[in-house]
Amino acid sequence: MDVQEHTISLLVHNKPDVLARIAGTFSGRGYNIENISANVTMNPKITKITIVTVGTQATMVQVENQLKKLVDVIQATHMKSRESVRREMVLVTVGGDREKVMKAVGELGCRVLKEKPDHFVLEVTGSKEEIDQALTYLETLDMKDMSRSGMVVL
Amino acid sequence: MELNGSQILLRALMNEGVDTIFGYPGGSILDIHDELFKSSFKHILVRHEQGAAHAADGYARSSGKVGVCLVTSGPGATNTVTGIATAYMDSIPMVIVTGQVPTPFIGTDAFQEVDITGITRPCTKHNFLVRHIDELANTVREAFYIARSGRPGPVLIDLPKDVMRAMTEYREPVSPSQGSAEPVYLPDAGPLTETVNLIKKAKKPVLLIGGGVIHGRATAELIEFAHKVNIPVTSTLMGLGGFPGTDPLWMGMLGMHGTYYANMAISDCDLLITVGVRFSDRVTGRLATFASNATIVQIDIDATSINKNVLVHIPIVSDCRSALIQLNALLDRNGLEKIREGREDWITRIGEWRTEGPMSYCQGEAIKPQCVIETLYRMTKGDAIVATEVGQNQMWAAQFFRFDKPNTFLTSGGLGTMGYGFPAAIGAQVAFPDRLVVDIAGDGSIQMNIQELATAVNYKLPVKVVILNNGYLGMVRQWQELFYEKRYANTGIGGQVPDFVKLAEAYGALGLRAVKPGEVEATLAKGLEHPGPVLMDFVVEAEEKVFPMVNPGASLTDMKLSSGIGM
Ligand SMILES: Cc1ncc(C[n+]2csc(CCOP(=O)(O)OP(=O)(O)O)c2C)c(N)n1
Ligand SMILES: [Mg+2]
Repeated sequence: MDVQEHTISLLVHNKPDVLARIAGTFSGRGYNIENISANVTMNPKITKITIVTVGTQATMVQVENQLKKLVDVIQATHMKSRESVRREMVLVTVGGDREKVMKAVGELGCRVLKEKPDHFVLEVTGSKEEIDQALTYLETLDMKDMSRSGMVVL
Repeated sequence: MELNGSQILLRALMNEGVDTIFGYPGGSILDIHDELFKSSFKHILVRHEQGAAHAADGYARSSGKVGVCLVTSGPGATNTVTGIATAYMDSIPMVIVTGQVPTPFIGTDAFQEVDITGITRPCTKHNFLVRHIDELANTVREAFYIARSGRPGPVLIDLPKDVMRAMTEYREPVSPSQGSAEPVYLPDAGPLTETVNLIKKAKKPVLLIGGGVIHGRATAELIEFAHKVNIPVTSTLMGLGGFPGTDPLWMGMLGMHGTYYANMAISDCDLLITVGVRFSDRVTGRLATFASNATIVQIDIDATSINKNVLVHIPIVSDCRSALIQLNALLDRNGLEKIREGREDWITRIGEWRTEGPMSYCQGEAIKPQCVIETLYRMTKGDAIVATEVGQNQMWAAQFFRFDKPNTFLTSGGLGTMGYGFPAAIGAQVAFPDRLVVDIAGDGSIQMNIQELATAVNYKLPVKVVILNNGYLGMVRQWQELFYEKRYANTGIGGQVPDFVKLAEAYGALGLRAVKPGEVEATLAKGLEHPGPVLMDFVVEAEEKVFPMVNPGASLTDMKLSSGIGM
């Protein structure tokens, strides 16, 4: 069966051990978390967690049902890519020639967060594919470090 | 009136109908024990916290009520983990209350501090650390609700000592809800109608039942269903007792040590209806050939049990009992006579398999373990609650005792925990003081919780332990004989060490021994008649093996029926 990337959106009670329960459900059953993002919702007692994982469609049904069994999970939804909006963010430190960096900023439509004599900190926001493309481009410059967020989905 | 945390705990337990607690005291739960002292709760003091957990489990399995266990922090809590995992694998409703160091000390590696909610997260249905007294009553209510509802399971509540000493006004707890974990109890109509149509067409149907039938109290509906449509029944280890073992439609257990005819029937059937089964590898054998000619209908309350190991055609997520009630009602509106008649050939075929490969064993000079169980069955007429340890003793009990009623067979199926049976039998005896409770044991397993003899003697619990003493960790030795060219590494345990008769006597129990086949009946008679706890040491054929046997990973039709004979 086809192994693909899947996105699961969870609403959970904002409790100290809830992340451990979710992570444990993945590790204990042999599923992997590709990336994760979490923060409170409009209701501060409820957290929204977005998890991207890889597996077959059948595995996803198992993952979703296992997550639904957790008492602190209020809702688990397997997000269909066509019906949802997805964004990731990456912060990148690049060095080198100012002109080249500014050209990249213009072409990628990213923001300059910090400018120092020997390096720049840039922010790129976009779909997973856009971020991948941006990173491929920035790697051709003098990329020193980066920090990439999990996916947020609505 | 203000109450302290310990008083609120006991009041909340009483509200849940609890009157019996299995436990062991310690520093962090002194306050609770002090309140217990003044209360009407029956507290059974065990000799090891693992014993408390298994006893609460045996109490729950035999009575259908939630078993409760109370232990101190640190080592008291960790000692229950095997018992909790045992209950979790077999879906047993239990609430385990553990003491914890005071909240300001949590995380400081304080004396007897252990992160028990962290340790038990993967082997409880849910667990709680109560950080504030105002959460206590609600937490207890929620814990019992979770333990009982849907697919049952153990729930742990960790109680810091300062919370037990704090004071607050008692408020009646609110009704809990579990969000997405709230179980679905009622089946959809579509798959039920489809199932009825499949039953009408089927020539070779089989019903496979599991522990879900017992947890779901669906035996009466199951018997009605099986007879309405004349379908032969087999069961997993956990389902034994869910359908009468003396019913003409009964085929015995299936799987690794299942009967020849059940394994043949399941491999040949064209319709397999499963009720409360999770398709363990011990049941299915090689997945590719498991019921490979059949359309499979799976009824289970846990959606994660569906398509986990075996892909099924018609999944029905529902409480077993509700689904069977609705199936029975649907069937009543159909021409049942015709359905029933069409079954003759199939039932005859199964009868032929039964003649080809009956459950049997050869008598010899030494006592045969199977003979001890058969004699026990004959003498008790099956009217007993039977617990088992793990290993050959467990399989022979499953094969040679016939269980007619649910909640009468207590065995660690999923985890296979040696040392489970004896404390579980004690728990069952506490729940049913006037019934005969027997633990069928191995000489290895019984030594894992032998200390509970003191508990049985002190509380005058007349549990009868039948040790099938083969001098070996027999099941492991069997695998060494079959798969490791008889290199019996670390499985010989000596036979006469300890002297079980003297050991029983040292504890103040009755000890008996039988060494010849002619002594079996008299020994059982004497032991069963005795009003107190008894340890019966049956010195049995050392190298007897459990057959039929399907090698791990092999197809169910690939059975060894006796040494050297494959079929
Ligand atoms: C706690 C635990 N440790 C180890 C095992 C592995 N094991 C399974 S059966 C068995 C042998 C049991 O010996 P005994 O109680 O004498 O039973 P017999 O098979 O001889 O009837 C062992 C060691 C287990 N199931 N549980
Ligand atoms: Mg043995």
